[in-house]
Amino acid sequence: MPTPSRYWREIPQRYRLEAGKCKNCGFVAFPPRQVCPRCQSRAFETIVLADAGKIVTYTIIRVPPQPFSDQAPYAVGIVDLDDGVRLMGQIVDCAFEELQVGKRVKIEFRKVYQEGEAGVIYYGYKFVLA
Amino acid sequence: MEGIIGYGASIPRNRIKVEEIAKVWGADAPSYKKGLLVEEKSVPSPDQDTITMSVEASKNALKRAGIDPREIGAVYVGSESHPYAVKPSGTVLAEAIGATPEVHTADFEFACKAGTEGMFVALGLVKAGLIKYGLAVGADTSQGAPGDALEYTAAAGAAAYLFGREKVVAEVLETYSYTTDTPDFWRREYQYYPQHGGRFTGEPAYFKHIIGAAKGIMDKSGLKPADFQYVIFHQPNGKFPFRVGEILGFAKKQIDPGWLVNKLGNTYSGSSPIGLTATLDISKPGDIVLIVSYGSGAGSDAFVLKVTDRINEVRDLAPKTRELLDKNKNYLEYGTYAKFRHKIRKAE
Amino acid sequence: MREVAVIGVGINKWGELWEKSLRQVFTEAAILALDDAGVEKIDSLIVGCMSSGLFVGQEHISSLLADYVGQVPVPAARVESACASGGLALRMGYIEVASGMSDVVLVGGVEKMTDVNGNEATFALGTAADQEYECYHGITFPGLYALIARAHMEKYGTTREQLAMVAVKNHANGSLNPLAQYPFKVSVEAVLSSVMVADPLRILDCSPITDGAAALILCPVELAKKLKKPVVKIIGSGVATDTIALSSRREITWIESTYQAAKRAYAMAGKKPEDLDVVEVHDCFTIAEICVMEALGLVEKGKGGKAVEDGLTSLQGKIPVNTSGGLKAKGHPVGATGAAQAIEIVKQLRGEAGPRQVKDAKVGLTQNMGGSGGSSVVHIFERD
Repeated sequence: MPTPSRYWREIPQRYRLEAGKCKNCGFVAFPPRQVCPRCQSRAFETIVLADAGKIVTYTIIRVPPQPFSDQAPYAVGIVDLDDGVRLMGQIVDCAFEELQVGKRVKIEFRKVYQEGEAGVIYYGYKFVLA
Repeated sequence: MEGIIGYGASIPRNRIKVEEIAKVWGADAPSYKKGLLVEEKSVPSPDQDTITMSVEASKNALKRAGIDPREIGAVYVGSESHPYAVKPSGTVLAEAIGATPEVHTADFEFACKAGTEGMFVALGLVKAGLIKYGLAVGADTSQGAPGDALEYTAAAGAAAYLFGREKVVAEVLETYSYTTDTPDFWRREYQYYPQHGGRFTGEPAYFKHIIGAAKGIMDKSGLKPADFQYVIFHQPNGKFPFRVGEILGFAKKQIDPGWLVNKLGNTYSGSSPIGLTATLDISKPGDIVLIVSYGSGAGSDAFVLKVTDRINEVRDLAPKTRELLDKNKNYLEYGTYAKFRHKIRKAE
Repeated sequence: MREVAVIGVGINKWGELWEKSLRQVFTEAAILALDDAGVEKIDSLIVGCMSSGLFVGQEHISSLLADYVGQVPVPAARVESACASGGLALRMGYIEVASGMSDVVLVGGVEKMTDVNGNEATFALGTAADQEYECYHGITFPGLYALIARAHMEKYGTTREQLAMVAVKNHANGSLNPLAQYPFKVSVEAVLSSVMVADPLRILDCSPITDGAAALILCPVELAKKLKKPVVKIIGSGVATDTIALSSRREITWIESTYQAAKRAYAMAGKKPEDLDVVEVHDCFTIAEICVMEALGLVEKGKGGKAVEDGLTSLQGKIPVNTSGGLKAKGHPVGATGAAQAIEIVKQLRGEAGPRQVKDAKVGLTQNMGGSGGSSVVHIFERD
């Protein structure tokens, strides 16, 4: 999983949800990118995404990938933020029975995972029921 | 005038009751509850730590302060459970709130006093005119050794304070700090759990320093207990704050609003700072408030605050502390609690 | 552009092949294809493999396999498009023959997945997804399709039972396929009571971890006729991309890349969905088959679940889908799947599918897909 440089590079996105808004057509790219997929323009401005939204779909991971092997089971969902951008993230601090498509969630800063007892701790955004 | 321009708390949703812990260790729950005056404590989820709670508390403080985070000149995190032994919690917090790169950052530690320590220094820099705004957080995810008395109270939470000169919510009228070398509670490097001096942590430690700081600040400011609407003491258990309050001449109703330990547990560096946030939530313009922290080693920081009119405009801009404490609670059994607190030994 | 035919196919028994290494698995299938075609020398080798690097620490397999198949210094390439690697290899081989660049091309795919443990395999498969904005949050391959499944169930009323019926149908077909990894039937009850992997998908909704390979020999149609081989032509080839991140798709329940790839293939072949006699699709998960049926235009959008329930796609149905057993029963050695799908269609069109034979199959289609729909490769075949 990420090396310090790979993780550090994404900090503005993981910590502050900084996205790129196309100056030409208004498309919001998260993470930011160099070419607008809608109009191929190259000019973007930095914006910050909304911090709340609603659940579009979700699942509960019971067979985790290697880096998350001690966290399962956990819920992952796709959320429509209030500004129209869609994000994937874990939905935490709730019983699985409480999850429902359409429920409102808000973003919280949480630990995503850590590399054992000696490695780096990776932080980022997760969702909690609002 | 200088003072608090924004404040906020963060408390995890999970709780565990004294009965649940006592059951596992074959201890007498009613006598623990009676002796400690604690019913339940907060437990962080596995993905919460001092850093994550600091970020959430700081976001609440920023909501109340309404300032541009880029103008924050100092970010301090005080804790005895910093996630890294070497690598500051403060830098993650500073990045998360958007205060970087033009900012001074430091991590503080002084057992439970680390939160008010950061507050002390942030305020000082504002007063000296070196920075415009300073952020100080007291946060902990403290551990109590399984079966030890501390396990009933060691809890998790954070409180954040922004200091500045404009749009002050609570003016700092006076500060005072009282320190001696008193080894009542310590943890050596590479040890997982702290140790403590049993009854030695009472009179020569907690009481001596809280009384020393409280009397010192009252002498310095010329104020008497009756002059204060509210007082918040460090809360290692439910009894000590009332006992020290009685000794000093404070009434129960002055202590009640900031007394959260019976439902929250001891949040260590968050203890008196979170108590202060709950007090500010219900305070009125003109109220004089005293906060006295305590950290083993030992020392106490004291602040005298005067609430301004602005409290009415900001208190509702972020979640109130009593709501975070009382609503949305998720009770754990001991097994889940032990798993969350990494007390179970797993394969390498 | 020349017309291209398939003159040889080779596929071994798939499963957990503990005794065989990656190079052995592929060579086996390649030999079978060469023998079936009756050729000894090839002009080019194109192999699809998703992640030999992560599974067995081996890259540069273009040359490795060219060597082990005994064809060095033949030009060789390894192509990758996650789970669509095999289909992509077929596509690239097709272009090479059609363009006149080469006459006899061996295309195929291979994946050796059992030399790592379950969590590592899950991680390797997850590299088909967006590493920084999907995998970073702990999503897995089954998790992505579970997100699609729940959305499909919410939007169209697709039921858990309908998903299970895809697995039941494919296992029924797979039980007739001696080379399948799991040649046995399962019931709806068995699917619905199997262990949960990522809600609402259970282990029997998921294609397995498999070792296996598949290979085909392509050549120009005139050469096939000269060699007196039954002529099965590739008449349509379409590829399309989409965002690999599921949250960036326009519609989570619709596989746009399959729709686009199929559109291109149908146009090139001059065919419509109604013209198809037999179809092999990428049922990495039961919900995938339902979404693909819709994207291919076999059924109306949202009606995939009902169609499976009504038996439209069973062996006896109007448009049999996955007569081979699909990825579900046949197995899913990732890079090999696309090639194996083509082999099943070729066998159907040759009349060599035995108990799985669809009567008078003349036109067939394969649909191979990468990740959660980030890439799709569609080919259409016709018997001459």
